[in-house]
Formats: sequence, C-alpha cells, structure tokens
Amino acid sequence: MSPDKLRYQANQIATFFASQPEAEQIEGVADHINKFWDPRMRTQLFEITDESTEGFKPMVVAALGKIRRPEKAPAAG
Amino acid sequence: MTLIQEIDYGTPASKAEKTVRLVIDGNTIEVPEGTSVMRASMEAGIQVPKLCATDMVDAFGSCRLCLVEIEGRNGTPASCTTPVAEGMVVHTQTGRLKDIRRGVMELYISDHPLDCLTCAANGDCELQDMAGAVGLRDVRYGYDGENHVKARQNGEANPRYMAKDESNPYFTYDPAKCIVCSRCVRACEEVQGTFALTIEGRGFESRVSPGMHESFMSSECVSCGACVQACPTATLQEKSVIEIGQPEHSVVTTCAYCGVGCSFKAEMRGEEVVRMVPWKDGKANRGHSCVKGRFAWGYATHQDRILNPMVREKITDPWREVSWEEAFAHVAKEFRRLQFQYGKGAIGGITSSRCTNEETFLVQKLVRAGFGNNNVDTCARVCHSPTGYGLGKAFGTSAGTQDFDSVEHTDVVILIGANPTDGHPVFASRLKKRLRQGVKLIVIDPRRIDLVRSAHIEASHHLPLRPGTNVAVLTALAHVIVTEGLFDEAFIRERCDWSEFEDWASFVADPAHSPEATEVYTGVPAEELRGAARLYARGGNGAIYYGLGVTEHSQGSTTVMAIANLAMATGNIGRPGVGVNPLRGQNNVQGACDMGSFPHELPGYRHISGSEVRDVFEKLWGVELNPEPGLRIPNMLDAAVDGTFRGIYIQGEDILQSDPDTKHVKAGLEAMECVVVHDLFLNETANYAHVFLPGSTFLEKDGTFTNAERRINRVRKVMSPKNGLADWEVTLKLAQAMGLGWHYNHPSEIMDEIAATTPSFANVTYQLLEEKGSVQWPCNEAKPDGTPVMHLDGFVRGKGKFIRTEYVATDERTGPRFPLLLTTGRILSQYNVGAQTRRTDNVAWHAEDRLEIHPHDAEQRGIREGDLVKLSSRSGETALHATITERVAPGVVYTTFHHPGTQANVITTDFTDWATSCPEYKVTAVQVSPSNGPTAWQQDYEAQATQSRRIAREDALEPAE
Repeated sequence: MSPDKLRYQANQIATFFASQPEAEQIEGVADHINKFWDPRMRTQLFEITDESTEGFKPMVVAALGKIRRPEKAPAAG
Repeated sequence: MTLIQEIDYGTPASKAEKTVRLVIDGNTIEVPEGTSVMRASMEAGIQVPKLCATDMVDAFGSCRLCLVEIEGRNGTPASCTTPVAEGMVVHTQTGRLKDIRRGVMELYISDHPLDCLTCAANGDCELQDMAGAVGLRDVRYGYDGENHVKARQNGEANPRYMAKDESNPYFTYDPAKCIVCSRCVRACEEVQGTFALTIEGRGFESRVSPGMHESFMSSECVSCGACVQACPTATLQEKSVIEIGQPEHSVVTTCAYCGVGCSFKAEMRGEEVVRMVPWKDGKANRGHSCVKGRFAWGYATHQDRILNPMVREKITDPWREVSWEEAFAHVAKEFRRLQFQYGKGAIGGITSSRCTNEETFLVQKLVRAGFGNNNVDTCARVCHSPTGYGLGKAFGTSAGTQDFDSVEHTDVVILIGANPTDGHPVFASRLKKRLRQGVKLIVIDPRRIDLVRSAHIEASHHLPLRPGTNVAVLTALAHVIVTEGLFDEAFIRERCDWSEFEDWASFVADPAHSPEATEVYTGVPAEELRGAARLYARGGNGAIYYGLGVTEHSQGSTTVMAIANLAMATGNIGRPGVGVNPLRGQNNVQGACDMGSFPHELPGYRHISGSEVRDVFEKLWGVELNPEPGLRIPNMLDAAVDGTFRGIYIQGEDILQSDPDTKHVKAGLEAMECVVVHDLFLNETANYAHVFLPGSTFLEKDGTFTNAERRINRVRKVMSPKNGLADWEVTLKLAQAMGLGWHYNHPSEIMDEIAATTPSFANVTYQLLEEKGSVQWPCNEAKPDGTPVMHLDGFVRGKGKFIRTEYVATDERTGPRFPLLLTTGRILSQYNVGAQTRRTDNVAWHAEDRLEIHPHDAEQRGIREGDLVKLSSRSGETALHATITERVAPGVVYTTFHHPGTQANVITTDFTDWATSCPEYKVTAVQVSPSNGPTAWQQDYEAQATQSRRIAREDALEPAE
C-alpha cells in the first residue's frame, strides 16, 4: 500500500492507545500490529521507518522495537 | 416425505407457571392458568370447530363456531375467549352445539362462492374443513340474496362485489371469498405490527381493507405474509399456489437472507418450491417472516443463473464454457504457477457469509492447508469485524450475548445504528410487540427511523447524533451513569476488575465527556441524553441492540467497547432480558466468523500465532500451518496493486459492489492474474474474473447457518443443484485438483471435523440438530444443550474489562467542496448487493437506489422530488434520483447500496476502523447537485460490464460461408 496509508493506519492505532493507561500504550500498539498485520505490511513498515520515522506518532516509533520484524521477503514466504 | 402439519391450538400459549385441572369431554387435563378452553381442548387432542381463532393471534370470539357448554354455566360460551378454571367440566359436542354451529356455517356459506374444485385453497381451506366438521348438507337461505360473491346479479352490476386485488406481486386479495374473520387484520397488528389492514364498514358491509380502501401495493403493507398465513380461506392466497397448486411435501430449512435466521417450511411439489412458510417452532422467528424470506426466493430459478463453469484468458475476452474438470484443473494450475512465480503468499481466498458453515470452513481450510498461507478473509471485514474485536477485548468472546427470546424479558432497549424494520424485520416485529406492551426504547441514530415513531410505538428518546460521533455520545451516556451514581457497584465488584472500573470511571467522569460539552459536536441535546442514560441505567432490564451504524466507522471497534462498558457498568449482562446484541447482516456472517474466516484466527476465534491451536489442526490436516496473520481484504487489494498478490478464490461475495472505494477494488482486481469467482450470477466482481465457478442456492444443498444469536440452524436440500454441484463440493473438488487428499461424502462430516477441532462446537452434530431443531454455541460437554444466554456466572475472559473510549473525530470532514455527510444503509425489500432480491419481484418496491435529502438542503440546491442528482465525494461521483424527506437531518444525506447502476461505493472513501480495517461506510463528505444524466464513471462502468459479461457461443465460432 502507499506509504502514506500505512503511516496513517499505524498512527490510527497509536491514537487509540494514547488514551489507554500509560503502561498499556506502547505494548498495545506493538501487540496490535503483531496480531493483525501480515508480514508484508510489517516489512513495509520497517522499510519506511528504517529510512525515516518522520510522520509517525512517537508511540509507533517507540513500539517498533517490540514489533516482529519479518525475516525475509514475504512474497516468497 | 410428507407435508408437515403444524397443530393450530387456536389461541397463544399461556406463560403462567400455575396450572389448573379441568375435564373436557371426559378427559382430565392440566394446563397453565390463563389457557383458553379451546387450547386446552386441543392439547387434550380434541379439535373444537373454529374459524376466527388461530394461535398466532389473540382470541377474538367473532365466528361463533367454537362454542362449548360448561357445566354450571349458562349459555354457550366461545371456547377461544373463555379461560380454563379449576374443576371446570366442558362439553365440546352436544345437540345444542351442533345445531348452532351448523346454523352459523349455513350463514357463512350463503355468502361464499361454491367453486371449491377450482379454488386455489382446495385442500387447504379451513372453511371447507369446518363445513365438513359440522356436517353442513344444505344452505336453507339459498345463494340469491344480497352477497359479495357475484359480479353481476339479476342482470345488473352487484355493488357489493369487489374485484380481486392482484397488485401485490406475491399474493392476491379476493374479497368475494372473505368471511371477515379478522385474522389478517389481527396478524398485521399483533404479529407484524404494521397496522396496514382494517375492517371497513359495519355489519354486512364489513370487509377487509388495506389502508383507506386502497390496493395492497399502495397501502402501508410490507408484504411480510402474516395475513396470508393467517387467512383460513383463499381470500389471501400466494400467487405461487394459484399457479402451481397445493404442495405435497415440506422440509424445514433456514432462510438465506439476513442474520435473524428464520426457520421456514419449504413446501414443495417434486423439486419445485410452491411456497415458503415460516415454521412455528423456529426459535429465531417463532412463526413469522418478512417479504424476503417468505416470497423472494425466485432468484433460485432465475434465467440469469450461470450453470456451467467458464474460463477466459483476459478479462476483455468473452467467457468460454468449460467442463468442471477443465475449470478445476485450470485454477489449480494457475494458482500453483502464481505461487511458484511470486511466492506462497501470492494467492488467497474470501469465504462467503451467504454460504454454509461447512462451506466457509472448507474455504479457509483450502487457504491455510492448501495455499499454505493465511490470506483468507470474509465479508465480516466490512460489517461486524469491530464487533469481533471489541467484544473479544471486553468479554472474551465475539458474539451477541443473548437469544432473540431474551427481548421478552427486556424493559428498556437501546438501539444504536440499526434499522431493524428494514434490516432485520422479523426481530423488529418482536421488538415492536414488546414496545406496544410498554417496553421503553432509546434510539441513537442520525435518521428518524421507523421505530422512532410509527403506528402504536414511540421511542422515549431519540438521540439524532451527527454521523461519526458514536463514541462521544456513548461516553457521555457513561459520564451520566458514573457521575450520577447510576452504576451497579455490586455487579461490577463481582464480575469485573474494580480498579479497571475506577480507572474507566475517572476517565468518563471528566467534564469534557459530559453531555453538555459533547452536544456542540454530536448535535444531541444534553437533557435528552441524560434522560436516556437514566432510563437505561434504572429502567429495569436494559438491552442494547446495534447494527452497522456502530461498526462501520473509523472508531467502530471503540464504539463496540463503549457499548460493552455501558452494559457492564449497569449490570446489564448475564441474564435473560439484557445484554449486548449485534444485529448481524448476512445469514451466516456469524458462522463465517466462527469458522475461522479471518486471516489472524483459526475456527473458534483462536489466534493463528498460538502453537497449541495450530497443533490441533496440523495433526488432523497433516500440514504445517503458517503462524503469521494473513492479508485482510483491503490489504489483499493493496498488495495486488503492489504486485505481490496475484490470485484469489472468492466464494459468494461481490467485493466490487459491496466494498468501499470501488475504484480501489477495481484496480486491485485488475492487477491480479487469476481471479476466481464462485457465485450464482455474473456479479460485479465477475467482470474482473478469469474463472467463473457456478454456485448453488440454499435450496440446493445441506449444511448449517449460524444466526445473530449464535444459533446453529440446519439448511436442508430440497432440490438438486441446477449447476450440478453444491458449493462445498466445488471447493472440495478444487482442493482435490490442487493435490489435497480431502474426502467428504456429506456436509455432516465437515461438521464433525469442526466439532473435533473447535471447543465451542464440540458437541454439535447433525444428529443433535435433528433432535433439538437448533442449538446455540457454545455447545460442548459443559453446555450440552447449547447456550441461550452467555456470561451467566462469569465472563468468558474471566473478569469483564472496562476500556477507556476516547472520542476521535474522523478525518473525513465536511468543508466547502463537500458540505454534506453521506450515510448508507439498506431497505426492507432488498438484500445486500441485491444480486438475489433484484432478481425477484421485490423490485416492485425498490427499483433503484435513491438519495434521501432534507427539504432545506434540497431547496438550497434547487432540487425537486425525483430529480436526478449528482452525488460526489473526493473518491468519485455517481448520479441517482432524489427523495426529499425529513427522515434525515439537515446536512445529512442517505442512500442504499443495492443496485450496481448506482454504485454508492464509488463515493465511499478508504478510511477504515483503526483496529480491524472495517470501512467507514457511514460517513462520507459529499456534495449534491442537479444532474442531467449518468456520470462518466457510470457510463464507463456500464460499458465495461456489458463487454465483460459476454459468453462465447460455440456456434458463433463456426466460420462463415
């Protein structure tokens, strides 16, 4: 999908968790993305954020370390 | 096979627990207090003659045929209106009674045509039966006096005669045959709740009249069929019976329209359906129906049905008919090629919410075990996926908490974003019945739907919120409940985590969430909202029913959580009469979700990352399952445009018409190399397909549907599949062509596999369904009879979870270019994309999608009633006709999405629910302007569709001379 749309959807998730108790926020974002984003979406997320995290909410950036990084090109897997 | 004859007890059952004993014709019988003598007799096996009584409506006592004698009482009371009493001694057949009954019948027959042999009700006429029962041999009055029967009498027109009303496409009204028993009038009032019928005139002048002496079609009649069912004669008669004749056998099955899941008797003659009649023992519908289930099944034999598999190289080619073997081999070869070329994840599938549980189970199995990925999704993505997510978080299971019968114990109903009189009409009738009995209703909806105020019902509160502000309104309701101390502390302490409640309570108590603060952007008057909160919290058993007006928003999942919070805070969960009740859209959308149709979870809502769950299936299927979540429908389309997703198997789903942002769906489909559509008709998606596999209707296969109350109902085959194969057989053979060693001889074996792998279905077998009629999951060792009401003693997840619900305005905003908000919905006579209902006479009610617009907005734009208008958003534009109405508020417009010519989804945007990617159908910023013809998009679309639907005729390939 377009990088803008991906960024938008990641930020949408962060917006929800921003209102949750602080301890659950970053964990919540990471867990949600791990559970519902297929590997090629996560691959794209890392492709973008490895370059620059500009435009991502800080909570998404903070969650990156807890998001599973797919091992190889997902199209082949 | 025989015709199922249901016993008519004459009057409804009494709900009393206390019983009384009486003697009827020498038989001692014990029945609940309040039972009529007529019903008690029937329970003792004694049929008292009757005409105006039937157990679907209350006793009326007008026909004077059911008279009995009671020892110690004077006269001959009507058994239908006389309640039983302790020690009563009743005689149903005496010389006096025989004389009276015969006299009554003589009067009836003296004004009734004697055309029994050629009458459509011959063999199914209670008047005929009663003439026989009372021994009528002669009519002393003759037939020459004043009557309603003869068109001409004594050479002149008979002013009392009225011609047959054939205006309704499905049934006729023949006043000449009417005995004025009022059963139809009462069925319309008591069962359906529409009040379209009345008795006009007095005495001999009396006759049944739709509306104010109108035809059925021009009256308020909604064609539910209750009056036809109630009619004891041929006065109201199905046209199909007139055409075909009386049925000779019947089979109980489940309607394939909405999520109510009504049980019907398919009344048959050979393999031809004569009529569908609602089944009294159906636990979802209790003998009622709507125009779709009762009458709109003609699509099953419509000429547009495609009966042979078809293949083509490119979507610009005409279709080429092929054998099943060739089609399966072609798909298998193409799918394997795509996976070899682009990777295992390059293909996927979509299961159908219109197909059976067994069929959806097989499609997801094909994807997971055969394709080796989890790229499977279903139409719930675009309707109730937020319900799954939200209720899963709050309660631990993603389904409605009650059965439909629960409404019998409800005192207050909150209805949010649902329009049951159109979308779930049979449930709406039950709800209306309760409202007439005094149940209070709160409607939260931008539109003034029928339930806000119509015949004999009125909502206590209507909160006409601005589309997109659900979370703000529900959080404000919670604010009132918390700050005014209306919450149920004992329940919360016992059933939920108190510290989580405290956290949530402090969140909602923030003055920013008060009704006064939120009124500015929700448009809901604060006092009205406070009143609604108080009523729900303190009005007795409170139940919340909701629809897609809740889920189809960018905050859909948050809204579902807000609903769960309200139910828990007020203790309205875990017993009959309360609960959280999503009204599911399609017949088996609940089942499709249960069966593991989502890319992240296996059957029974278990996440694919769990190795224990995967292990269960891996052992049984003999394959290794991919632990990563697969692609959701919108992501499949994105990936297709990106080039990593190249092929798809779509069973019974028309994503091009039903999914948002049509241009995006089209681009995704166009980018794929092998789109396989498995459907009844060349639907809109098939315009972009390379392979078409013909599908079968619900009448042509065995299986189960699971309705909105988690009820697993049997679907039974009543005719051979016209296309040759039931849908489960198509998937099975496709899997076999792909090299999978599957063997199933009957759908019951698939259910056995579901039960063996899914704990909530552990005890479900076809044998159990035969015995019980239906069961509600969970149905397992702990709950062998199923579970009508969930979370009785504790929540599935343990403690109920309160979750903060912060309102976030959607990014879809009105502005100078697009100043109005469009919201979408459905209408009674049409269903979903309309592929079925558009191919029935239901088009008589709704031949096109129309745009509802407030008079103020219309006048500003110079739009008059019926004008063609252009509806545009940042996504696209379409043209349709306008209906000017105050049902919508100023600033809001509304349309349906049943017709491909309109393509309402060209307008909707790609905004989605933050958690589930469920599209935001309910809020789109639009502009409306006068138009002089279809838009360029509509013209291009029409041209492409026409070109794409061409089927090559073999003879056309012969060279010319």
